[in-house]
Amino acid sequence: MEKVETVTSVAAPLIRANIDTDAIIPSREMKSVSKTGLADGLFAGWRYTAIGGREPNPGFVLNQPAYSGVRILLGGTNFGCGSSREHAVWALHEYGIRAVIAPTFSPIFYGNCVRNGIVPVRLAAPDIATLAVWVEQDPAGHPLTVDLRAQRVTSGGGHAFSFEIEAEPRDMLLEGLDGIDLTLKQRSAIESFRAADRKARPWIYLEPTP
Amino acid sequence: MAQTLFEKIWRQHVVRELDGNAALVAIDRVFLHERTGSVALKSLRDAGRSVLDPARVFCTMDHIVDTLPGRGDDTLMPGGRAFIVETREAALAAGIRLFDVRDPQQGIVHVISPELGIVLPGATVVCPDSHTCTQGAMGALAWGIGSTEAEHALATGTLRVNKPKTMRVRFEGRLAPGVTAKDLTLALISRHGSAGGNGYAVEYAGSAVTALEVEARLTLCNMATEFSAMTGMIAPDQKTFEYLEGRQYAPRDAGWEQAVAHWRTLVTDEGASFDREILIEVDELAPMVTWGTSPQHAVAITATVPTLEASGTAPEGYARALQYMGLEAGASLLGLPVGAAFIGSCTNSRISDLRRAAAVLRGRKVAPGVRAICVPGSMTVKRQAEAEGLDRVFRDAGFEWRESGCSMCFFSGGESFGARERVISSTNRNFESRQGPETRTHIASPETVAASAIAGHIADVRPLLAGSSTGHH
Ligand code: SF4
Repeated sequence: MEKVETVTSVAAPLIRANIDTDAIIPSREMKSVSKTGLADGLFAGWRYTAIGGREPNPGFVLNQPAYSGVRILLGGTNFGCGSSREHAVWALHEYGIRAVIAPTFSPIFYGNCVRNGIVPVRLAAPDIATLAVWVEQDPAGHPLTVDLRAQRVTSGGGHAFSFEIEAEPRDMLLEGLDGIDLTLKQRSAIESFRAADRKARPWIYLEPTP
Repeated sequence: MAQTLFEKIWRQHVVRELDGNAALVAIDRVFLHERTGSVALKSLRDAGRSVLDPARVFCTMDHIVDTLPGRGDDTLMPGGRAFIVETREAALAAGIRLFDVRDPQQGIVHVISPELGIVLPGATVVCPDSHTCTQGAMGALAWGIGSTEAEHALATGTLRVNKPKTMRVRFEGRLAPGVTAKDLTLALISRHGSAGGNGYAVEYAGSAVTALEVEARLTLCNMATEFSAMTGMIAPDQKTFEYLEGRQYAPRDAGWEQAVAHWRTLVTDEGASFDREILIEVDELAPMVTWGTSPQHAVAITATVPTLEASGTAPEGYARALQYMGLEAGASLLGLPVGAAFIGSCTNSRISDLRRAAAVLRGRKVAPGVRAICVPGSMTVKRQAEAEGLDRVFRDAGFEWRESGCSMCFFSGGESFGARERVISSTNRNFESRQGPETRTHIASPETVAASAIAGHIADVRPLLAGSSTGHH
């Protein structure tokens, strides 16, 4: 996974509560058993004029030229709720998004961001609203910066907001770590846990079916 | 020190503490399905890794598979066949038990896992599916994850997890006839918000929960994800043990005795503290129905669409929801004409759900012009229903009787309800376009769906129950 430390870019406000993963990538846009080829389907239901079509809906924020090159999204509460599909995060990443700022995230979506190099930033709704006002004045001229190491979001207009992130997800993002590789270093701890657990809870282990 | 149910299970699974609040947690069961599990298996194999403990990994075909009679690998979903075929190949290569398209035990993951005794009290269970929390009703720690995490669990038998805070939601009192576990969960989410459980593992407790049968508890825990909680769980009790005894993957003989002795310790100790507590008195609750596009947008079925102030939602979202649903503040929900009725999904498709719906439908007919569909949650449920003659009741009333699967709980590109069509549905999500492009979904209990299908509009089931004992609590 690629490392991510700071993201500076145009930020697009999409401040609606409960933006679900089916809105981010509709089920019908997940066309193969693959993590790629999803950017085209990102927000398809809102971004295009017709279901399954590709004619841009000019009213949708990502279709406005001022927001081209966007890498930061400003969202509403409970962002990424609904289906656990990681395709939502793969689609955002493929489209270029590297940070999503929202008051709260669905826990599964939050974890999926961390595992794919997108910084999930929790800020209070009024702070996000302040940033949105600033951004909308001049999207290209008013970029935001998400600094993961400093745990701060700043603008050129003097805004600065701190955010909380747990040590484990922060380090995974900063170092671009693969969780499986990290965990496999603990192989002996896992083996001894399993040996002891097998004695304590033999019923939880199953025999392979012949 | 007094511990909560969550803490006990958590501690029994910590392999090692990690930085901050995180731990490496042992995983007892991994379940996969063809929609999101396929990519996890494929990606694992592409990375040259294998499944650590295949005997504890299961996979089902539920999301993309058709529910039409005579189904095979072809589905109405464009490209669906590839998901099914690739999942089968990957499951076979990984050596895991697959509940394939024509398997007599096939069904929706969260229905078949308890039904076959795969989820057990005290177990950690994960699946790349947000409704994995359903299975917490068995006294397990069960939660939904992404595909990358599923790969991690498959390869290592563990997950790196940030420890959540704990919440207890106590439902106290007695449910009135016609009021069900579905109404409890909608009441909770409507009062405390779709993000109300964010950051928490939630334990459901109280006299009304103890009184619920196991299948109703599964319904209650199903929508913990709609509350944004990591999971919902219920302490296992005698009902749980009786439900599990003799099921295919449950322990047997001496192992059973040993397991039950352990499971009896899995209760929140007297005096244990939670980070947050919520109390809901249930005596006065009515059947609930949603009016908007979030499960939070739910009210008593006799109520009207709330005003902005009463809705507890932000102005933009409120206006958008009403516009999408084609409703106005003050409109009555009772009497809203429906074009379709759906009984199914991991929320409400178990045998007890079908029995209750059938009790309402018996000797009655679906209103003209209403398309009504019943999709049992598993093939086992379907066979049981047929043995009891429930399929006749559904069919005679005018319902389609399907093979099991997720079906029209969600729109995957194939079959769907119509644009702006109003649907009364026993599912868990009323999101925009969830059941079809621009489809207007109202979620409710199976008995409310049945009553509304008969009336041709959203209807209160309670008058239909008068005189008959509902007998399900
Ligand atoms: S029935 Fe619906 S909610 Fe349940 S697992 Fe299937 S798609 Fe998801």
